[in-house]
Formats: sequence, structure tokens, C-alpha cells
Amino acid sequence: MISEIIFNELICFGVDFATSVPSNLFKNLLSLLDKNPEILHVSVTREEEGVGVAAGAYLGGKTPALVIQNSGLGNSINALASLNKVFKIPLLILVAQRGGKGETIPAQIPMGEATPRLLDAIGIPHYTPKSVEQIPKAFQRAKKSFYTYETPVAVLIEMELMKNEKNRSY
Amino acid sequence: MKRIEAIKIIADELEKELVVCNLGFPSRELYSVRDRPENFYMLGSMGLASSIGLGLSLSTAKHVVVMEGDGSILMNLGSLATIANHSPKNLTLIIFDNESYGSTGGQPSYTAGKTDLAALATGAGIERVLVVDSPQKLREAYRKSKKELTVIVTKVEKENADVPVIGISPEDIKNRFLNAVKKSIT
Repeated sequence: MISEIIFNELICFGVDFATSVPSNLFKNLLSLLDKNPEILHVSVTREEEGVGVAAGAYLGGKTPALVIQNSGLGNSINALASLNKVFKIPLLILVAQRGGKGETIPAQIPMGEATPRLLDAIGIPHYTPKSVEQIPKAFQRAKKSFYTYETPVAVLIEMELMKNEKNRSY
Repeated sequence: MKRIEAIKIIADELEKELVVCNLGFPSRELYSVRDRPENFYMLGSMGLASSIGLGLSLSTAKHVVVMEGDGSILMNLGSLATIANHSPKNLTLIIFDNESYGSTGGQPSYTAGKTDLAALATGAGIERVLVVDSPQKLREAYRKSKKELTVIVTKVEKENADVPVIGISPEDIKNRFLNAVKKSIT
């Protein structure tokens, strides 16, 4: 299961605290986060709130991740800029990259197209594995940026990458 | 009660507690009343004080005090639901309610109208919600807040104190805070 590969990468990254807003693409991953005590999982009501909770966890000594859909990146931009970038508070953002190949919902397409440019605009390095084999490398690169620049970093998971995931409902 | 008086009452009580303070005048007032490494002064990201406090309280054994505002919590009401459902015992959320956006010119917030912050917190599922309007009641409420999750809605005047801006860089605010957290663990 691809979600298990991603979950193991979170563990290798050192993530021990995750905040999330539900996403179909991450359905299995979110249930892994719920089941595993190695990562404290706090689901939040909105993505920007998750940025705040994750920043607090970092200040408390944790290595946090934010697990969201790209639709929620839009309402997190100010917090990522005026909290994480200003104080140099790192954060791993795992983004379900909707709106690309295979997308059936028109409302996902504009944010799908804008996501990489939005991340570029506020100086957040992002990595998009194009195959299952590329997943570990993407996380390794993200980890390097996380620690070197003390910045939020994003790993974008496209629908195409998850197409062989079991029990998918999107 | 002026907000700076309310802040001073809490600041005088602080020992090793970690404090997250809302941006703008509240942070400036806390900085001028009692600066300490355990204070995290927000500079932006309005609305996220309670969220930062929640993440912190779930990550450390130390007691966490959040100094929040009415306009700020109204931006992030979902946070009350998240906090209620995790209910960390080591979190005290103090909401200074001056019924206005005090750092941007005093525009009225909806707590000046029909909105009741204590009822919102209770409705979100927070069991211990107190409303105070005097220095003595605030001190008592704070002292009793250390054993379980508590929200203290503190009614304050609209006035901002004439205090300087925070003279520490964002990175220094973060680094000395991180060091204080590390020290408290070892």
C-alpha cells in the first residue's frame, strides 16, 4: 500500500506530531496516523489552524507535519509566511495534490494549477515524486531543506501516484 | 480593568509556565510588563494564539498560558472545538475581551454586539469556562486553572498602553523560547 510507504517516510523523517484536515487521497494514511502511537495525531477544523498547532508542537520540541489537500493551502498562506517564515519554524507539509491528471471535480483544478506557484511565491521548497520509487528521495530532500533552512517544506502527492492504492474512493 | 493591568496580574503569577501571546499591543504590553524567555510573542498569523498554545500543551508537560483576544479567537473558532476535544490539562486560555480590534484602530468586534465568547467556548465542549471582570477575580480564576483545561474570558477596557515595540528579533524570540523549553525538560 502506497500509504504505508508514505507513513514509513514520515517516521524516517522523524515526524512525531501530525495535524490534519481530511482528504480522500490520504484516507488510508490518516487511519494509519490514528492507529500508530509513534505520531501524535491531532485533526483540526481548518488548515491554517493546523499550521498553528504544528508550530506550537515544534516550539514544544516535536517534529511536526501538516497533512492536507492543496485546496487548504490557500487558507494557510499567511500563517506559513508570517509565522513559520518569520520565526524560522520548520514544518513538513504533505499535500494531496488534486486537480491534475485524472481529476473529475472542476473546483479542484484552479488550486491544483496554482499550488506549485503559490509555494514558490512564499519560498517553500516542494518535491513531487513521480513514481513510488521516487517517494523516499522526495522525503530525503524535504528533510534536508527542513533542517538546513528551518523552513516549511512540501511533498506533493499527485492522484496519478496514488492510482494503485487499495480502497481508494476518489 | 485595563488590559495591561490584567496582563500584569497574570505575569506576576508566572513561574516556569510557557506563554503564547497574541500579536500587536497585547505582546507589547506583556513585553513591557515582564519579558522572559518563556514568552512567545506572536508578530503575525492573527488568530493562531490558541492553536499554538494547543500544540505546545500537547508537546510538553509544562503549563501553557495563552493570552488571546476577542477579535483573534473570532477568526479561529474551530480552534475551540479542537481544544475541547483534546482537553489538555496543562492549558489555560485567557481571552482578553475589549470588544474591539484594538491594534488596528479600535473597530468594534462582534462581542460588542450579540456574540458571547463564553457560550461559544462552552458550546465547543470546553467544560471549565469562567468570565471575570476584576483584578481579584482574574487572579483567583487563574490560580484555580492549573489542574484542568480552563478558558477565562476577561473583560477589559479598549485602551492600549503606551508601550514600545518588542526589541527582540523573531529568531531570538524563538531560540530563547526553545532553550527555555529544553531546560525545563532536563
